[in-house]
Amino acid sequence: MDTSEDILQQASPGLIPGSGTARAAKPTRLSPSFISWLQAGPMMLVFLAFFLIPLVFVVIVSFWDYNEYQLLPAFSGRGYTDTFEGCIAQLPELCTIGKTYLMTLKLCFMVWAITLFIGFWVAYFLAFHVKSKTWQMGLSLLCTIPFWTSNVIRMIAWIPLLGRNGLVNSGLVKTGLINHPLEWLLFSEFSVVLALVHLFTFFMVVPIFNSMVRIDKSLIEAAYDAGATGFQTLVNVVIPLAKPGIVIGSIFVITIVMGDFITIGVMGGQQIAAAGKIIETRVNALQFPAAAANAVILLAITFLIITMMSRIVDIKKEL
Amino acid sequence: MKEGRPRSFYVLAIFFAAYVLFLYGPMIAIYVLSFQGPQGGLTFPMNGVSTFWIAKLFQGTGIVDLGAAFRRSLLLGVIVMIVTVVLSVAAGMAFRRKFRAQSILFYSAIASLIVPSIITSLGISLEFRIIDDLIKAHWNENFETSMGLLTSGLGAHLTWTLPFGLLIMFAIFNRFDPRLEEAARDLGATPWQTFRHVVLPIILPSVIGIGLFGFTLSWDELARSSQAIGAVNTLPLDLQGLTTTVTNPDIYALGTVISAVSFTVITLALGTIHVLNRRQAAKGSDAGKGLV
Repeated sequence: MDTSEDILQQASPGLIPGSGTARAAKPTRLSPSFISWLQAGPMMLVFLAFFLIPLVFVVIVSFWDYNEYQLLPAFSGRGYTDTFEGCIAQLPELCTIGKTYLMTLKLCFMVWAITLFIGFWVAYFLAFHVKSKTWQMGLSLLCTIPFWTSNVIRMIAWIPLLGRNGLVNSGLVKTGLINHPLEWLLFSEFSVVLALVHLFTFFMVVPIFNSMVRIDKSLIEAAYDAGATGFQTLVNVVIPLAKPGIVIGSIFVITIVMGDFITIGVMGGQQIAAAGKIIETRVNALQFPAAAANAVILLAITFLIITMMSRIVDIKKEL
Repeated sequence: MKEGRPRSFYVLAIFFAAYVLFLYGPMIAIYVLSFQGPQGGLTFPMNGVSTFWIAKLFQGTGIVDLGAAFRRSLLLGVIVMIVTVVLSVAAGMAFRRKFRAQSILFYSAIASLIVPSIITSLGISLEFRIIDDLIKAHWNENFETSMGLLTSGLGAHLTWTLPFGLLIMFAIFNRFDPRLEEAARDLGATPWQTFRHVVLPIILPSVIGIGLFGFTLSWDELARSSQAIGAVNTLPLDLQGLTTTVTNPDIYALGTVISAVSFTVITLALGTIHVLNRRQAAKGSDAGKGLV
């Protein structure tokens, strides 16, 4: 402790920017930029070791060769050619990878549309209709707590409700609406979308709420005073001002769904193909270059989507 | 409040209530079902009420070696929590001044948050495999693996928790009044004293929030652990493995036990934050009154 206090003490003159102190600089004093490096360095190192370098390895390994049981560190495009196998031969039919990405994008779009709708109105309610700060805190917390609990459990939780003998089916049969239990409720596209919406609407609510609470309420009053209807105010005032939140939330939801393999696996009964699942399957087959090639493709597509969306807002400004 | 609320308020209030029901309803269903009688199945109706399945879990005769996985997840969660808090607070302090590589760190954190987990996980696993191969080739032929809970597993979890920690620090310092620090310095406090006695007490409730994120996100982490955890499983991985095979309420009992830990931690953290906020409000000097 003593030493660190000493170091910081010595650094003190440098920590008061522009204070104009004419104190004699000690010869060993640390520069402010060195202090910043000490403070930010450890986190940077973690990202370097466990995020940036691994990404580089993904790209490198995607160009390696492989056989049944091991990696061969020699240049090869096999990871990619295996992935796109038959794509040209089968034209105009879509090949497996094409179909998989189409499916992933379809899930992505459905989940995005639904989470945006729910997230927008939940955030709107919290930001504009809940007037007391305490209530606003309490209700936001109510929406956040599930985020701190396990995703798998929240998926499994649908089984007793949607299964063949689940609450929904037995309820519907009892009321005579249907004769046989609905099969498409569980382990289907429906249950995948439902679970994804259930898990990730939170990522939409938070940024939209953040944008909305910053909106000056007098702007809305001004719109009303100028004779705008509620709908006009919504479209011309609230939505444009909430746009940064909408875009950030959309980026979160879209990237999560693009890379998801767990929800799609568990809720799709391991039957639905998706971009993230291909990677998992290839890894399980120990075909690492093919897995890496798929990761590079997924990364490129995700990056493309984010670039397109961040054209709309400057993310850094919004935080 | 007396002027009456618009009709849209009631419509949206019902919408909000439905959303909350949608969030919590299914979870509550499995907590209830984990108290099925010994004869009970995976769905309603309940076939008696008992703690049979939960007891079975703790006897170790059930589906997984709960004890070992439980201890591993807890250990990892606590370490991730501590590292996340320390590194986030330090980096958050750094961001209050301009420094080179500032935007590199910022964009790394954002990218780490939104690059699909499976890619990060795969990358870490490849990195460690290559390290292993290098060690085997050059130093020790009998070397097993450097992958493990506290190497690759810890790293994988940190790539997920640190961005949240950093973003929370940004939020804290966005509304932090630097004049409080200036006052401390004018009174002769060293930078460390300023941090220890002025900054830290003020930001402490939010720092506990970072710890809450750190622990719970690690405790429930799945996608990043999947390829990078090494030979052993964490509790959520065991649970996921069970989803395809299990046909009795074991799985709900396990889910309930995992959630019980989450809820205990959430309650403790929120309780502490509440107490700290009240103490700040009651005991804090009036120096901040004009600013709040």
